[in-house]
Amino acid sequence: MRSLNKTPTDSLSSARIRSIQYSVFSLGIMNGVKINLKVSNPERFPIKPGKVDFRNRNYNRLSDLVFPNFTLFFALLMVAILAAMLIILSIDAWPSVLKIGFSFFVNRTWDPVKEIFGALPAIYGTILSAFIGLIIAIPISLGAAIFLVELAPGWLRGPASFLIEMLAAIPSVIIGLWGIFVLVPVIRSPFESWLQNNLGFIPLFQGPRYGSGFLAAGIILAIMIIPIITAVSRDALKAVPNQQREAMLALGATRWETITRSVLPYCRSGLVGAVILGLGRAVGETMAVTMVIGNGYKLTASLFSPGTTIASKIAGEFAEAATPVSVGSLIELALILFTITLLVNVIAQLFVWRMSKVKESRD
Amino acid sequence: MFSKLNKKWTLALLSVALIIPMVLSACSGKTTATTVTATQTSTVTATTTPVTITATQTSIVTATQTSTVTATTAATYPKVTSASVPLTNLNSAGATFPTPLYTKWFSVYNTIYGVQINYQAVGSGSGINQITAGTVDFGASDGIMTDAQVAAAETAHGPILAIPMTSAPVAIIYNLSGITTGLKLTGDVLAKIYLKTITKWNDPAITALNPGVPPTYADIAVVHRSDSSGTTYIFTNYLTKINTDWSTKIGNATSVNWVGDIGGQGNAGVAAMVQQTPNSIGYVDLTYAIQNGLSYATLQNASGNWIAPSVASATAASTGITLPDNMKIMITNSTNAQAYPIVGFTWILAYVNQADQAKGVTLARMLWWAIHEGQQYNEVLGYASLSPAAVTKAENEILSMKYQGQPILALSK
Repeated sequence: MRSLNKTPTDSLSSARIRSIQYSVFSLGIMNGVKINLKVSNPERFPIKPGKVDFRNRNYNRLSDLVFPNFTLFFALLMVAILAAMLIILSIDAWPSVLKIGFSFFVNRTWDPVKEIFGALPAIYGTILSAFIGLIIAIPISLGAAIFLVELAPGWLRGPASFLIEMLAAIPSVIIGLWGIFVLVPVIRSPFESWLQNNLGFIPLFQGPRYGSGFLAAGIILAIMIIPIITAVSRDALKAVPNQQREAMLALGATRWETITRSVLPYCRSGLVGAVILGLGRAVGETMAVTMVIGNGYKLTASLFSPGTTIASKIAGEFAEAATPVSVGSLIELALILFTITLLVNVIAQLFVWRMSKVKESRD
Repeated sequence: MFSKLNKKWTLALLSVALIIPMVLSACSGKTTATTVTATQTSTVTATTTPVTITATQTSIVTATQTSTVTATTAATYPKVTSASVPLTNLNSAGATFPTPLYTKWFSVYNTIYGVQINYQAVGSGSGINQITAGTVDFGASDGIMTDAQVAAAETAHGPILAIPMTSAPVAIIYNLSGITTGLKLTGDVLAKIYLKTITKWNDPAITALNPGVPPTYADIAVVHRSDSSGTTYIFTNYLTKINTDWSTKIGNATSVNWVGDIGGQGNAGVAAMVQQTPNSIGYVDLTYAIQNGLSYATLQNASGNWIAPSVASATAASTGITLPDNMKIMITNSTNAQAYPIVGFTWILAYVNQADQAKGVTLARMLWWAIHEGQQYNEVLGYASLSPAAVTKAENEILSMKYQGQPILALSK
């Protein structure tokens, strides 16, 4: 069996490292999403005996005393930073909570002159642009991952995955500039006009075409999250044991049946984790989105309309916000963003947890 | 193909390659640093070669006039003397708009006097907050401090000065195929465009101002700044003065509740949006309009003249009008016949009572330098020079700065 295994051994450890890296830098708080990777070659990772032999004179007691406490300290430090952030944000947001109250969540205007602040368009824009990004990114990145793991010839696999991952390394401000100068004109002229001419009866595709708007932001976000979703779901697919494939093929299943009935269900939780990681980045992405979303503070059904996101609103206004209420409102926006990402993370955890439960009970 | 080892080595090499020049430049920076000390009896003027001048009560430091920078202007403005204390480094924060100019000034000032002035371009609001909190030696702002802000600053550190440094014209840029120059607009029409009550380029109000220009049958795409900025403050200040609808519905601030369509991030973002979007209109600092080769409109000023934005027409905005002693005035819609109407000062904020003598002397001397010799760098960088009237007012403000009740600077006879 093992000789048939085509997974390169060292890529697994790097896959783990990468998945952790993604989860850490994607939002800082998204370090909990578990991606179920299974070690397929145990002999490469020999497991040390579980119990320490205390009769062994070489055993260093001091290091065993110090090391756990050190790691405990670092773990607690992370928790403390998270708590400190929450507390500081809440304190700074308080003036706006007092003055504006609940209407902050339903009001549609952002007027620093009259100090009327409402977050609804920003929340809507954040969710809508991330949603568009996901809709575009999921099929593309899952398709790419399946191709890379299941179908690609060996010589293509390495370079192709390397290039996809390179896409993640491009700074978002550069993607944003590319968006303004290349993507937005293309979206305006052939893309949006085609949509409006052919599907203009749907409210989504009505209204003036500026190029920059929710659609442009969604497409930019898709480009930015495709590498993450591809890389993580590729690693999840790689972790599927070959027995699964071989058993299906032995039963006379086609490639399509093998992948859809056996491989994908097996690593479902990993795939969901990949998508949620992508969503996490999409929700928090600031620079590239700000540059193409058009920054209108509106609540419209049209995807062509300029909109705004929470992150871009904060980035744009924070530098010049002068009064405690306007600063407080921006910080309250930050709290909302914080909550949204936390919710996304919790939902992802639940999903992954439930899936693994179902799988265990089936096994 | 990219094994771990290779990656590690590449990373290590890259970081070494990055660190070496940084270390080298840091070292070379250190060696050129000098200390210049002002003496009681003389004015220290330019020296281009790094020298160390130590203060002695009796000695008179004569300046070596090797610098071409100061040679031309040195004689034309009043000289000042100050207490004999070593000059010191300053920290500052504020508006982003004058950053290129301030950076230039402070680097020139550093080469002449060996004083490091750190400027954080964090925005006017932050600049005001930081000078109020006393975390910086001076602040900078494109907008006038509100009464509440002034009160907060005065309770903390006493009276605060707003000293004008330069003024900037805000250009109305547009993208209309076939019309590259000379579109004429009045302030009222501009306000209505930004209020979206005029929505088409062939609106009679626009075509009436532009006889002979073929009308464009298209909707106007209105572009504004999405981030809060001094440029927006100047622009909305003008519209507030011109149009009552604007003043009641929108108002004057660094960021307002826009009715318009698209928001661009920063001057560059607005310039790019207008460049990209057909039939659009926007506003940017003149420098950005020129840099991007954008068409800009000619506006009718308060005297009824059609004026294009330029550094000259911006300087004219503060000429021949009554300036208050505290210089807290928006010079938009200036009554000067040659003035471009959308112009605003940008100020440096400093306390009258300086707590630290060395810092006070350095600050006052630097400001004195900036409103005189520093002005020669303005127009090269696209900023308007201060008008003579504004310079006089600024001089008085700087002379009012005190340390322990005594004026820091004194005019030398």
